[in-house]
Amino acid sequence: MSTARERILVRVRDAVAGGRKDGSRAELEQRMEQAPPLIRPKLHGDLIARFREKLMQGSGTFEQCDTPDEVPAVVFAYLQTNGVAAKIRVAPALQDAAWGEELEVSYGNTRGDHPVSVTPAFCAVAETGSVVLLSSDKSPTSLNFLPDVHIVIVDKDQVVSHIEDVWVKLRALGEIPRTVNFITGPSKTADVEQTLQIGAHGPRDLHVILIAS
Amino acid sequence: MESHSHDFKRAAARAVVDEQLKGALAKAQDGFVGKRAQVVETLPEFEQLREQGKTIGDHVLANLDYYLERYEAAVVKHGGQVHWAETSEDAQNIVRDICKRVDAKRVIKGKSMISEEVALNEALESSGLDVVESDLGEYILQLAKEPPSHIIAPAIHKTKAQIAELFYNAHRKLGYDKKLDSVPDLVNEAREVLRSRYLEADVGITGANFLIAETGSNIIVTNEGNGDLSCTLPRVHIVTASIDKVVPTLDDASALLRLLARSATGQEFTSYTTLSTGPRRAADPDGPEEYHVVLVDNGRTEMLAGEFREMLRCIRCGACMNHCPVYGAIGGHSYGWVYPGPMGSVLTPHFLGLKEAGDLANACTLNGRCASVCPMKIPLPDLLREHRRHQFEAKLAPRMASFALAYWGFLAKRPKLYQPLTALGMRVMGMLGRRKGRFRSLPMVGSWTDTRDLPAPQGKTFYKVWRKQRTLPVETKMGNKVDQGKGSELRVFAFLTIVLAPILAVVLVGGYGLLVWMFQLIAGPPTQ
Ligand code: SF4
Repeated sequence: MSTARERILVRVRDAVAGGRKDGSRAELEQRMEQAPPLIRPKLHGDLIARFREKLMQGSGTFEQCDTPDEVPAVVFAYLQTNGVAAKIRVAPALQDAAWGEELEVSYGNTRGDHPVSVTPAFCAVAETGSVVLLSSDKSPTSLNFLPDVHIVIVDKDQVVSHIEDVWVKLRALGEIPRTVNFITGPSKTADVEQTLQIGAHGPRDLHVILIAS
Repeated sequence: MESHSHDFKRAAARAVVDEQLKGALAKAQDGFVGKRAQVVETLPEFEQLREQGKTIGDHVLANLDYYLERYEAAVVKHGGQVHWAETSEDAQNIVRDICKRVDAKRVIKGKSMISEEVALNEALESSGLDVVESDLGEYILQLAKEPPSHIIAPAIHKTKAQIAELFYNAHRKLGYDKKLDSVPDLVNEAREVLRSRYLEADVGITGANFLIAETGSNIIVTNEGNGDLSCTLPRVHIVTASIDKVVPTLDDASALLRLLARSATGQEFTSYTTLSTGPRRAADPDGPEEYHVVLVDNGRTEMLAGEFREMLRCIRCGACMNHCPVYGAIGGHSYGWVYPGPMGSVLTPHFLGLKEAGDLANACTLNGRCASVCPMKIPLPDLLREHRRHQFEAKLAPRMASFALAYWGFLAKRPKLYQPLTALGMRVMGMLGRRKGRFRSLPMVGSWTDTRDLPAPQGKTFYKVWRKQRTLPVETKMGNKVDQGKGSELRVFAFLTIVLAPILAVVLVGGYGLLVWMFQLIAGPPTQ
């Protein structure tokens, strides 16, 4: 007896048999290796300016500092300004930073009991204003969605121009992680009378700190 | 989901007089249309991207067997499992069996149109599972026990007050005993209530905007982060997706992502675009332990084989319904099943049969706005016309309509008869309606004039205007030609009046019928 899988594939094959004009299997394999050149929107001006503009368009906030050493102070000041307790859940990837005395710091994932998370980024995309985060023991995905405030640290060199550049970097890893998140602003909804409301299920604030050195 | 599409005409008639619905639809359509136009304006490459989207879609469909197998292999390579479902029942059973095997009690769901199509919630609930929709719009409708009325803004028809009432009734037992009246409060309450649901859920079910053959990943696109939580926190992640969701590579996915949000909500990119590939890796502190994909056919292979193949390029953005005047007048529920608007009018008759849902294809003015905005360049009006043709051939069209069509067909094939007849009909009607410029009621078409006036024809027939425009570039002859046309028309008119006086009455009625019919072609059929 044939399986549902076989029956579906047979029907698909029958349906496409006559009209297969895109060539041989070898050509398809070739296309998998190297997709045909696709249109990329032209970007104008400075990549970081573009990233910042698009991020803010999606209701994210942006801040720049000069060196990695400044990050703890910048985080602390940001929380102070926004009236948020200086208690952060940090991705283990950032364990080596000198977080200092002012911040209460713990490391690991979350089940929702941490109001503020600080995570690294894999890269940032100027085209869309997104930060890209990869799941791992060093950067648990729960930190990206459960806290009220999500702070992402990005290095200037990590800013790429188009989405396709992320794919290139991802392929270079050899192994794709379980989760790849493109994050382009805080959580939002317009499901009640088409009125935009920030903070649906995920973070109410997305704050990106870019290290310029 | 149970279909009510056979009741389309009556549901639509009820909807057009629903003032509250009218307001909600107008607001939503205005917002979507305006935002899309703005965002498209700022991307000069948008038209090229649409063309490219079509090319990618066609390429995938022409080689779907190859890409499905590649995709499956990639999922398995990353530790996931692929299940194949030929029908709705198959899909229900597969998901139910997984839930049973992992001893699940609670299920949290991200938004998935295919799960609506295969009526997954009902199936899971009937086997004792506690299922919660996490997309705010879907959650509201779950409380209201209603189907979505728009594919990306499911609760578009609900007012704030109605939502407040639903929340009050549902959340009171959880200790929320205040009736809310502001949007932030409503969103906050839902956030709090749903938070624990994510954390308690054993299984998370999401849809997929795309499946990537290269990596075996599924992509979901959200603004709320609900789907992302649904696939991160529970110990099992099940993806439900139809077989047409597969794309070859990550690059193809990004090409289509550029079209999706812009066409859907007028955003350049949504807050969250998430790729999930297999279960959590050994060292990962969170993420599901099992990853399943249910690939659903449910009539798509048949579509692939026939004249509706192009519909399988659809990326479910909702632009067609946002720009549809009929959807704007009757709302999504009138369509009676899962998919509303132009895409629904193509899909529903295909999935449920012309007998059940044929009327959907008739409720279209063929104005073409849907096709002009569809990011995948699906020729929606042409596909609707296909349904009409089948209806006519299968003698499913109403008798009067078939008769009128046959009558019109007979005349249209005989231009010598057709042109003077329309000219005559127009003159007579123009004369009769000259005083008011419109007819408040007319014999035989009462159902049409009950709800609106028929403007009295003015000026020349379409054919004459068209002929004049066509001859315009031939400058020297232009004047002559037009005059000649006028002269010959007058001669025909005289001939008809004098020689055919005895049968003039018949011709008048005929010409009138034809005009009414033609007018309906342009302005849409009468409502009941
Ligand atoms: S038919 Fe086109 S416009 Fe309509 S939902 Fe599908 S992709 Fe979008």
